[in-house]
Amino acid sequence: MTRFNRRDFLKASGAGLALAGAGGLAGCTKKGGHVVVIGGGFGGATAAKYIRMWSQGGVDVTLIERNPSFISCPISNLVIAGEKSLADITVSYEGLRRHGVRVMQGEVAGIDADKRQLRLASGDSVSYDRLLLSPGIDFLYDSVPGLTREVSESANIPHAWKAGAQTVALRRQLEAMPDGGVYALCIPKAPYRCPPGPYERACVVAHYLKKNKPKSKVLILDANEDVVSKKGLFTKVWETQYKGLIEYRKEHAITGLDIASKTVSFDFGDAVKADVLNIVPAQSAAAIARPFINKNNRWVGIDWLSMESEVAPYIHVIGDATFAAPAMPKSGHLANQHAKVAAAAIVNLLAGEPVNAEPLLTNTCYSFVDDKNVVHIASVHAYDAKEKTFKIVAGSGGLSSAPNELEGKFAHAWARNIWADMLA
Amino acid sequence: MTPHIRIFALAMLGALPASALAADPNLGRNLAATCANCHGTNGKSVGGMEALAGLPKDKIASAMKAFQRGEKPATIMHQLAKGYTDAQIDAIAGYLSAQK
Ligand code: HEC
Repeated sequence: MTRFNRRDFLKASGAGLALAGAGGLAGCTKKGGHVVVIGGGFGGATAAKYIRMWSQGGVDVTLIERNPSFISCPISNLVIAGEKSLADITVSYEGLRRHGVRVMQGEVAGIDADKRQLRLASGDSVSYDRLLLSPGIDFLYDSVPGLTREVSESANIPHAWKAGAQTVALRRQLEAMPDGGVYALCIPKAPYRCPPGPYERACVVAHYLKKNKPKSKVLILDANEDVVSKKGLFTKVWETQYKGLIEYRKEHAITGLDIASKTVSFDFGDAVKADVLNIVPAQSAAAIARPFINKNNRWVGIDWLSMESEVAPYIHVIGDATFAAPAMPKSGHLANQHAKVAAAAIVNLLAGEPVNAEPLLTNTCYSFVDDKNVVHIASVHAYDAKEKTFKIVAGSGGLSSAPNELEGKFAHAWARNIWADMLA
Repeated sequence: MTPHIRIFALAMLGALPASALAADPNLGRNLAATCANCHGTNGKSVGGMEALAGLPKDKIASAMKAFQRGEKPATIMHQLAKGYTDAQIDAIAGYLSAQK
């Protein structure tokens, strides 16, 4: 984790931020207001850019992010499969600076909702008119008996469910695995980040193994009652393209883990000893959002028109950390869409205007089944004023009929365009 | 709001439910932002997807309606287009065609 000191803060905040008193940094002096965004992922980066754009530069925006650059989870499975490099899925925050966003690398220690101020790990504080939290998820390591944070965050039994060093660690393990080895992927109970992601990972790892280590096996150990997303499309690929290579086992919630032998056990069914063990733990809204978690002890409930927290005024929460509306997956695409609803609402609220009463969202998840062929799931979600939530527009959305190369091209084009929509 | 967009928003008054416009004059902008993930910010694609910025309004609207009817070949647009009403398509097409 990057440490962030006062000198860096001053450097990052530049001339626009005035120092106010002992250790306090005032947000802004302009009457347009000051929005602080925590988290520079699909949600936060998009929101930061769109607030600047839609306020015509009238609203000051500070983005606080712990990583030096953005690394994309979508497409990261192709890094694990050896088709892409980490550099291919890494994007700089420089583009946001060109929009006038103050990008600061740092760690937020706490939020004082009453004072509308947040404290950085460095000891500095930043005040805001409105706060936008796009914190993503944290892992509930103890959801897996025997698992610890240290093990899960090491290169030994990685989750690789946040793109970065762990993505590369999992790739290295697969490269080192002998032909005839077992790669086991353990999926937590839904809801988790990126519902089709694990099944895509199984496919693209199988594609690599089929080419390079054909005697190997991919075991999908799913805590869920069945395949959570794109079931028909994935099972067909497993039964044809990867017959004998991929095996799917449902209702396999881990009940025991032996770290030394990389063995996972279950209440029902055989224990599995893996050469490469990839456990994705259950998830909740990230720690910084904990004071606002009010749903199932794990997620943040929000007002879907403004994306404001149900429990904390002036604090908007978007992305994977939110308690999802019906049939709304935790995806990067949707975080980008949440961000635009939040950006429009925040710009209006700061100007004393009502928020859009009829927001609309789209979702699309492209999944690779090998190096070239892709399947998608898509939906359009409209705000339902009576039920105060988003619902899928009847008749909209759907799936690919079968994996195809044209959508493989569109999947890469989607990634380039959404990364630019957030960060360029 | 640029004068250009304001004129557009006024021009849209006839086509949209009064409630929506009273609530938010930026409806076209907000709706078009649901296309930007794939077609680029304000329809300015960075490659691999068609750019929509500055296309004639009719072309965008009629393509969307052809997608809805299943008359234009598509991998995904037929499924997405069905999520939008005629008035929403009109607002989106108007906004995107006004982008330089
Ligand atoms: C998930 C990505 C995605 C989103 C979101 C999306 N599109 Fe598309 N669009 C495509 C793809 C892919 C095509 C090519 C046709 C196909 O395969 O469906 C396309 C084609 C089009 C075309 C035809 C262009 C031409 O000249 O042939 C138009 C017009 C269009 N889209 C408009 C829109 C509008 C308006 C929106 C938002 C309401 C939108 N699209 C949202 C992916 C997307």
